[in-house]
Amino acid sequence: MKLLDENGLRTDGRKLDELRKVKIEAGVLKNADGSAYIEMGNNKIIVGVYGPREVRPKHLAIPYKSLIKCRYEMMPFSVSDRKPPSPSRREIELSKAIREALEPAIFTEEFPRTMIEIYIEVLEADGGTRTASINAASVALADAGIPLRDLVTAVAVGKIEGKLALDINGLEDQYGDGDMPIAMMPQLGYVTLFQADGVFTPDEIEKAFNMARTAIQRIYKIQKQALKSKYLKVIKEVEELER
Amino acid sequence: MTNWTVDINSPYTAILQVTEVFSKPTSISRSSLSSILNVGDIIIAKVIAFDFTRDPLLTIKESKLGKISKGMVIEITPSKVPRVIGKRGSMINLIKEMLKVNVIVGKNGRILVIGSKPEHEALAVMVIKKIEKEAHTTGLTDRVKSYITKMLSKEGE
Amino acid sequence: MNDKHQVISILKKDAILSLLKKNERIDGRGLEDFREIEIYTNIYGKAEGSARVHLGETKVVAGVKASIGTPFPDTPNIGVQVVNAELIPLASSFFEAGPPGEEDIEFSRVIDRGIRSSGMIAIEKLALIPGKKVWMIFIDMYPLDYHGNLMDAFGLVAVSALLTCNIYKTEIVGDDVVVTEEKIPLPVNHVPVFVTIGKIQNKLIVDPNFEEELVLDAKITYVVDENNNICGIQKSGASGFTIDELLTARDIAIKVASKIRKKLPLASR
Repeated sequence: MKLLDENGLRTDGRKLDELRKVKIEAGVLKNADGSAYIEMGNNKIIVGVYGPREVRPKHLAIPYKSLIKCRYEMMPFSVSDRKPPSPSRREIELSKAIREALEPAIFTEEFPRTMIEIYIEVLEADGGTRTASINAASVALADAGIPLRDLVTAVAVGKIEGKLALDINGLEDQYGDGDMPIAMMPQLGYVTLFQADGVFTPDEIEKAFNMARTAIQRIYKIQKQALKSKYLKVIKEVEELER
Repeated sequence: MTNWTVDINSPYTAILQVTEVFSKPTSISRSSLSSILNVGDIIIAKVIAFDFTRDPLLTIKESKLGKISKGMVIEITPSKVPRVIGKRGSMINLIKEMLKVNVIVGKNGRILVIGSKPEHEALAVMVIKKIEKEAHTTGLTDRVKSYITKMLSKEGE
Repeated sequence: MNDKHQVISILKKDAILSLLKKNERIDGRGLEDFREIEIYTNIYGKAEGSARVHLGETKVVAGVKASIGTPFPDTPNIGVQVVNAELIPLASSFFEAGPPGEEDIEFSRVIDRGIRSSGMIAIEKLALIPGKKVWMIFIDMYPLDYHGNLMDAFGLVAVSALLTCNIYKTEIVGDDVVVTEEKIPLPVNHVPVFVTIGKIQNKLIVDPNFEEELVLDAKITYVVDENNNICGIQKSGASGFTIDELLTARDIAIKVASKIRKKLPLASR
């Protein structure tokens, strides 16, 4: 499987350091306290956040902070070969990794004996679902009015034909040589998700961070814009009525 | 301690003890609790105790507190409550005067509107919803004034 | 699975923190020292490969079972590798019996990825009849005594069991695979070493023990191969690292891995 053509362009026409198109909408669900929908390349993911609310079952409540629950789930029709509905081991590991990527940003000590639930549903998957999920979940948490230290922004750096590639898609993940998802609180400079498979030289790890950081700054702007949009829409409506 | 549990629109369920309902010491059996306050009743209450180790405690012993039997209740995002009240009460007084209603605003985002005409109560509810939606815009007080004026004149038609 | 809350006394926590300020640890180790390692191999006769590892007081076992089966449809010409870990109540009063929890699964998948990405098992040599019959290598790991850093202990025990694993030599007769009585070593190409570093405030500590694990903010595991390349990374814990901390940890992991590698059993010949 050839992942780079003779001009060094990828299967979807991108350059090695090019991000896929990202679109985020906040406040898309009525019932969830906060919600967000993201399209990152062909990935389509919706996230709903409930809380802070009473812990159920009660005995799981933590006396000095909020309990964060996170469930990452892929719909059976989100992938080419139907995925059976019951939670796979991969979904369980990703639920933990994503929760640990988001929790550091939440002021959990503000809501002892409560829980905050994050539900991530992947509607269409094309490589990088965990990073796209984190991007949407941060927006959903902010949309729910939950106090955050910073948003959490994520992107993966992969390796195709020996070269580092930003934001690898499904094909590149399957046939490439490595995948390194990274999530950061951009303003605070803390990395909260960091995993890799495949082989990387020590130097490539540093280069991957540099590549990721630039992309993360761009996605961060899109996340903030999604949160502002709701309010900008109302201002526009009001201005139009006044005319 | 015999008590009722109360939903106060918060992550924590509140407790109203029997001793915080009557000014005189009264002994009530569990079975007669529902004749005083029943499931589904709405009350105006004050939080008298809350810390991170236990659920909030309420009282309805003071004047102006107690069971609500008329009016309309609306729920908005608690962070928008200051906008509904306005600087030195400018917004809420505007609503009260123009619509001839009484408005009791809870810090938890729940607001009680009581008026002599149900149409005015409903209009007050619409106004409060509008304030919640446009809380971040400028010139809101003037816009609310013209909105109420417009809606009241429609009524006259 | 691990479901119960573990609490550390405030006195113990303060002791750990104040010692760390002086770059010391409660068991007398330096920040970059791992605990004493003991490795025993070929100890369980019914397994094709087996090992027990002691990492300080943490004790884990692994067994390798090999059987002939059908390959995955999208990779018909290579053998199959399956890694499984389960936290059993025997090892700690904090573990409960039951279906695999998120920690069991995380251990299983991180060890699997580290071994797979390093290319340790020569799976290309394990296709007996391409598309039809391949060797399936199952690695099952269990803790016996949990005293911190199961990740690195599991890494050592899985790798040790694989390095000393022997499978039956096979012959192809017509359309069938015939298993002979002769045993040959499992073909191995690379040797990954797992190094876990914990972060407590701004200090990085190698091989956190049980108490340090209760105090630390987050952990980073680097899997290092014999060429000092990184073939696996997993950050865990509900806290963050700065990029500098992660790069420093990478360098520490590479240094420590080469020391740990000397303790591994030689591949069986």
